[in-house]
Amino acid sequence: MASDVTPQLSWNLVHDVQQLFEFHFMVNAFRAGTVVAVVAAAIGYFMVLRQQTFAGHTLSVVGFPGAAGAIWLGVSASYGYFAFCIVAALLIAAVPHGRGRAFSEESAVIGTIQAFALACGFLFVSLYAGFLNGIDSLLFGSFLGITDAQVVALLAVGCGALLVLVVIGRPLLFASIDTDVAAARGIPVRALSVAFLVVLGVAVAEASQITGSLLVFALLVVPAATAQRLTSRPGVGLAWSVGLGLLITWLGLGISYYADYPVGFWTTSVAFAVYVGVQIATRATGARAARRRRTLAAAP
Amino acid sequence: MKRAAGPVIRLRGAEVRLAHATVWRDVDLEVGDGQFVAILGPNGVGKSTLLKAVLGLVPLAAGTAEVLGRPAGEANHEIGYLPQRRSFDPSLRIRGVDIVRLGLDGDRWGVPRPGRASRDARRRVAGLLELVGATAYAGRPIGQCSGGEQQRLLIAQALARKPSLLLLDEPLDSLDLPNQASVAGLVDRICRDEGVTVLIVAHDVNPILGYLDHVVYLGGGGAITGVPEEVINTENLTRLYGAPIEVLRTSTGRIVVVGQPETPTYHPDLAHHEHPHGL
Repeated sequence: MASDVTPQLSWNLVHDVQQLFEFHFMVNAFRAGTVVAVVAAAIGYFMVLRQQTFAGHTLSVVGFPGAAGAIWLGVSASYGYFAFCIVAALLIAAVPHGRGRAFSEESAVIGTIQAFALACGFLFVSLYAGFLNGIDSLLFGSFLGITDAQVVALLAVGCGALLVLVVIGRPLLFASIDTDVAAARGIPVRALSVAFLVVLGVAVAEASQITGSLLVFALLVVPAATAQRLTSRPGVGLAWSVGLGLLITWLGLGISYYADYPVGFWTTSVAFAVYVGVQIATRATGARAARRRRTLAAAP
Repeated sequence: MKRAAGPVIRLRGAEVRLAHATVWRDVDLEVGDGQFVAILGPNGVGKSTLLKAVLGLVPLAAGTAEVLGRPAGEANHEIGYLPQRRSFDPSLRIRGVDIVRLGLDGDRWGVPRPGRASRDARRRVAGLLELVGATAYAGRPIGQCSGGEQQRLLIAQALARKPSLLLLDEPLDSLDLPNQASVAGLVDRICRDEGVTVLIVAHDVNPILGYLDHVVYLGGGGAITGVPEEVINTENLTRLYGAPIEVLRTSTGRIVVVGQPETPTYHPDLAHHEHPHGL
């Protein structure tokens, strides 16, 4: 911790929370975490629905050389994340999508690019000699030293991405579930797909700044996948996803303030616990419901 | 929903070429208001392409296509289209009722605002679910519905905007025999009671044969069109399929096509059912 007093957890919850927000860096961590959690959870909901988790992973890996390169050039890592993630999103959108054979070829190409991107990031970190501990925070996240200006930038870009999502949300849902019918209805399926990838790139770039490139999925996939286990209503699912994203971020930040392990570990651990817990709970209730349906069907 | 009199679909000397090969040519087709018409023929002969030509999604290399009194593609908002078998991923966690609702207003931008319009939309969706008999399972994730249940929900989706023309691409494909019979009956009911013209693609004619006003047999680059009794005979079908096919008449006067390729698997326990299937 940055202070000389080690924070102590007490049984007084109000006091604990007050202590949590005693330092400005912690307040900014919560502000930035909140923005990022909402954006990643909402956009992640559509990513999981469209089964584009692989694209999301690619974007997050590509963000790493972007951030490392930006630091090497002496500018903020944020610029690197946004620039690389958005350009990568446009490139993925340009690759024609396929299933089966074409799909496996596409994944081979993307896998190759991912490895190259990680290597480039490593190179940029090595080239920047004074950059000692930085590679950890680029890969696994950090919540120290988020400036007010950074919070404002995250908020502005995040609001923009969410606004786009609100406008295209319904046709995007239609196109994601039922591409052929959506196209026959005159929905610009292709343009929507490109727009969504760019929005996804923005979400990944935002989340990377808190969770690091490798732990983006704690905020992008886990809340959305868990929400889709909990409900099959699109609106309710989105709300669950955002709620879980906030829960994961706040708990992760809070725990890491008191317990002395990295924030990325705690955020991801909370996310993992939520996911596993909900899986077990819904499987149990699902099996019970199926049994009840069978009994009803068997009854004369 | 009523239009000026005249055929709902009119193809004149239509020809479609895909990748520089002729799919079919010299196709003349006229589908009257409220008719139930099937496009039949072996796999790969361009049945789905014919539906896409009617939608204007595939351009004609020759001839003309007029749909609902306008050039093909200009009246698509009045057409309900159900593409060839989309199987929903079993893990897709979206309810059947949401799928139907998307058919109603899924192409609008922005979020739906609560209010009278939203209540009307919900009532319309409930009515559609009632019509296709899907009310009981519409709240379940569609990935967990059976093939027949999914097909009913998709038909409800296609009907959401009160289309005057319904294009169905192999809606009976991969359904078991009782479900084929009941979905065929449902489509006929929609055609007669709701006054919707239906153009259906099928490779097995038997489940729908009793309901059809006209059939279009595609094969060998061209098409034979007419009422089922005239078109469906042993010579025509054997020539179109290039394989021996027999057309039989049951004691009640029903036509049955036997020896047709790609008929569903023979079900011994259902062989005495009202839709007998050959080898």
